[in-house]
Amino acid sequence: MTANELIRLSASAMAAKLAAGEITSVELTQAHLDRIADVDHGDRGVNAFLHVNAEEALAVAADVDARRAAGEELHELAGVPIAIKDLIVTKGQPTTAGSKILEGWMSPYDATVIKKIRAARMPMLGKTNLDEFAMGSSTEHSAYGPTRNPWDLDRIPGGSGGGSAAAVAAFEAPFALGTDTGGSIRQPGAVTGTVGVKPTYGAVSRYGAIAMASSLDQIGPVSRTVLDSALLQEVIGGHDPFDSTSLTDPSIGLAAAARLGNVKGMKIGIIKELHGEGYQAGVENRFNESLELLRSAGAEIVEVSCPNFGYALGAYYLIMPSEASSNLAKFDGVRFGMRTLPTEGPLTIERVMGATRAAGFGDEVKRRIILGTYALSAGYYDAYYGSAQKVRTLIQRDFAAAFEQVDVLISPTSPVTAFKLGEKLDDPLAMYLNDVATIPANMAGVPGLTLPGGLADEDGLPVGIQLLAPAREDARLYRVGAVLESLLEAQWGGPILDQAPVLASTATVAEEAN
Amino acid sequence: MAAINRDDVAHLAQLAHIEMSDDELDRMANELALIVDSVKSVSEAAGDDVPTTSHPIPLTNVMREDVVGHVLTVEEALSGAPDSADGRFKVPAILEES
Amino acid sequence: MSVDTILSFEEAMEKYEPVLGFEVHVELNTKTKMFSSAPNVFGDEPNSNVNEVCLGLPGVLPVVNKKAVESSILIGLALNCKIAPHSTFARKQYFYPDTPKNFQTSQYDDPICYDGWIDIELEDGTVFHVEIERAHMEEDAGKLTHMGGSTGRIQGADYSLVDYNRSGVPLVEIVTKTIEGAGSRAPELAKAYVAAIREIVKNLGVSEAKMEHGNVRCDANVSLRPHGQEKLGTRTETKNVNSLRAVENAVKFEIQRHAAVLDSGVAITQETRHWHEDTKSTTSGRPKSDADDYRYFPEPDLVPIVTTAEWVEELRSRLPEPPAERRKRLQGDWGYTDLEFRDVVNAGLMDEIEETVAAGASAAAARKWWMGEIARRAKLADVDPAALGVSPAVVVEIEKLIASGAINDKLARKVLDGVLEGEGTPAEVVAKRGLAVVSDDGALQTAIDEALAAQPDVAEKIRGGKVQAVGAIVGGVMKVTRGQADAGRVRELILKTLGVEG
Ligand SMILES: [Mg+2]
Ligand SMILES: [Zn+2]
Repeated sequence: MTANELIRLSASAMAAKLAAGEITSVELTQAHLDRIADVDHGDRGVNAFLHVNAEEALAVAADVDARRAAGEELHELAGVPIAIKDLIVTKGQPTTAGSKILEGWMSPYDATVIKKIRAARMPMLGKTNLDEFAMGSSTEHSAYGPTRNPWDLDRIPGGSGGGSAAAVAAFEAPFALGTDTGGSIRQPGAVTGTVGVKPTYGAVSRYGAIAMASSLDQIGPVSRTVLDSALLQEVIGGHDPFDSTSLTDPSIGLAAAARLGNVKGMKIGIIKELHGEGYQAGVENRFNESLELLRSAGAEIVEVSCPNFGYALGAYYLIMPSEASSNLAKFDGVRFGMRTLPTEGPLTIERVMGATRAAGFGDEVKRRIILGTYALSAGYYDAYYGSAQKVRTLIQRDFAAAFEQVDVLISPTSPVTAFKLGEKLDDPLAMYLNDVATIPANMAGVPGLTLPGGLADEDGLPVGIQLLAPAREDARLYRVGAVLESLLEAQWGGPILDQAPVLASTATVAEEAN
Repeated sequence: MAAINRDDVAHLAQLAHIEMSDDELDRMANELALIVDSVKSVSEAAGDDVPTTSHPIPLTNVMREDVVGHVLTVEEALSGAPDSADGRFKVPAILEES
Repeated sequence: MSVDTILSFEEAMEKYEPVLGFEVHVELNTKTKMFSSAPNVFGDEPNSNVNEVCLGLPGVLPVVNKKAVESSILIGLALNCKIAPHSTFARKQYFYPDTPKNFQTSQYDDPICYDGWIDIELEDGTVFHVEIERAHMEEDAGKLTHMGGSTGRIQGADYSLVDYNRSGVPLVEIVTKTIEGAGSRAPELAKAYVAAIREIVKNLGVSEAKMEHGNVRCDANVSLRPHGQEKLGTRTETKNVNSLRAVENAVKFEIQRHAAVLDSGVAITQETRHWHEDTKSTTSGRPKSDADDYRYFPEPDLVPIVTTAEWVEELRSRLPEPPAERRKRLQGDWGYTDLEFRDVVNAGLMDEIEETVAAGASAAAARKWWMGEIARRAKLADVDPAALGVSPAVVVEIEKLIASGAINDKLARKVLDGVLEGEGTPAEVVAKRGLAVVSDDGALQTAIDEALAAQPDVAEKIRGGKVQAVGAIVGGVMKVTRGQADAGRVRELILKTLGVEG
């Protein structure tokens, strides 16, 4: 098998070949490092990676190969490489959160999910690009340049986790870790033709994920197949005593659900408020096609209404910045990260903090911090933050009522396909609208999955289908998702990414640029 | 709800410890006014009888036993510091010279 | 620094009525911090008792210490508080380099304990009923050391160094309702209130309760209003007053300062003040630009504490004897008069005497030493007697040395000085300073013979029956032996030498 064929396998297929001794982890890891070197760098590179962790990844791979040769019992995914969103802290690799303020910072501790990745012996390929502090829907707000969409290098890969999604779509990694506060795993998944899951709030420990909005953030898997996400969530999920909001439920049964292979008799609800007006025609078409396939597979499709979802975006843009303004207060140039001295006037710590944060944060981060400071300030708290928390209750009630009627809910993941780089950069409100369908899940804490639903007729770009399940019922997403995936792939004659353009090597371009 | 103006933004920037130029304050005031306007319907969405939700999944009494765990070495603790001296983090003067 | 004008306390009291309020922070003596498993040990090598949570590094999350919650509930129960069935944490936001996250995790809307009271007994037995508004859980900040200035103070410093060992140490903040009607007893009440809180938390075993170590810190709120006026005056909050005497003095100073400001027709500025032990005055605190708006909101990283009746009752059953009952019992055991006992309580020496008695001294001896020589030296050193550095074991050992005749009372005082100067245990001081009573009769006899020979007329008087005159000879002998003889024994030997019955 050539290196190019190897990297196009699913993670579970890679795991099977490793277990069968057909390939080594060093071979597999090296193939991905070569792919990164080939397509990631340079002016027209994907720019999915902010840091490539070649040495450590190969050392872990060699260790796995040695252990396997010695007959040691290994984790199912041992030796399968993975990319890590650079919002998650890692020992031995820099963590930047996509921000200048953390440039060069090395965490002295590992996130809980990283400890689990290490325990499973999965080589970490490196850290992936993101909107600064995960604030954005296009990865254009990264201080280290935007990531490009492998389907069209002039388009956005979604955000904030554009780096993880693009890395997986460009075969630079079989899967990756993402974080999802309002759709940062699912919306990039939709616009890059990949799979991504925001687990139930608390199903995966947040310890070591640099917080944006604590009550909304969740780490989750990014992959090319539904089964791969299920396998990865089983690795990273489960109770963590270092996270007080962590659920005690064991992280099991997800891959089994993905392998179940039927949806006969399941009730699937279309959310009236999450399609139609405001959704691109090609998105609507692919969505309707998926409904048809599920119906043909024996599922019952009904329509449900979630009337308060109309308030979700507004409430999200009060709660998220409020929590973010507080979580980002620690970036002050005292204990870690960059320090900037004021260029004029007295040199006091207050001024140094003010100058550091002015120079270290980008515009979108400042916008959200100021908005959050406003929403929490005396006199406005009840009208803004308080009201938004009430809306949260209403959204939860809408979900509860809907799940009385159906087993899972379905909607398009993003109202539009990937837009052009720079197109919405100066219009924050237009940018915020990209998350309109993904935000309700974060507000209520329920799990959501996106999978590719085909290509939009008008632009030939990927469309995402979102599935939502009740809290703690993540398995249902994998069950329905895997069935829909197989029905769609049967129609396409293979994975959607087979239809993506071949990426030109940028390695020589990068060398010439040097 | 009151509209957000330049002075408001200046005060918020001070609370948030972000130095901003006059241009930046103007731009931010315009953007925030639009954003605040777009989210104002939220305050009318729910009545007084609707309780707030601060945590998406309700849990209670998550506590830890009083048992000593790991510590960082002094070197690790200071490893990311922009400035340090004598095993401590070093910061510029807190008060202005008077 | 400008010096504030102050009015005499008497004049201030003629014109104004003081209203008080206290926020007392108690550091709990848990093994680990409030929200992380790092050790709760302050004073070690800087930044050696921290992990990523206490440093507020990116990505960290807090987890509540159960022991700290239980200690907080115990404090609430001892203060007759209600225990909240549902209690939450909140973030209090302000930027300061000793606060790693630039917010303090605290409680706001629903503290763990609320609506309590405590009766405070003043020196003359007057009892004040003080109502407790709330007692909530929070975390301590790191420690700043100001460098480069002349005084070690924040003013004029070139830079500061931060040690986060104390960052995250569990605190319980006890807040009173406004206290009216104390009148001229206000400074005294302030001191007695803080002493009572200290006694309670020490008695509960939930805090080391050493004010000199900052385990108990008082923020004292003072406002004045003209007699007869209903509306409260503008208050100032004097922060972190670290001894009982300082609490009393700070409240007194602020009353006098407010009175002078109000008299001059100027409004009081609502602000924090700092107490300075050296000048016995307060100065305006640092201007905190965000102090007016802490932007509290529910801590999303922590979930509510729900207390069941079973849990609270189990904790209540652990409460030790309440201090008032304990005082009654100890006074009975020790046989002190009301006045003697009150003096002991007011001097803050009840624990020391209890420990001294427990270590083997008589109640009378314990009182004699603590209320006498130790208190006298403490006053000279301007510290609380308990903080002088004399342990109960020292008192017991000195008493034993006296009882065995090795030293006398006068020498014992010198032994105490030696101990305070760090010369070791009482026995070591006796040896080093050569303070033992001269008990060698041979040596004494020589001195007596010399003294008698030097004053033959006095010797004659004694022989003639004027036994009172023996004092002059005793004095001579004591002078020669530099006080290190047992005066009783000397008297006996003189009379024996002269063949006179004593
Ligand atoms: Mg206070
Ligand atoms: Zn406090």
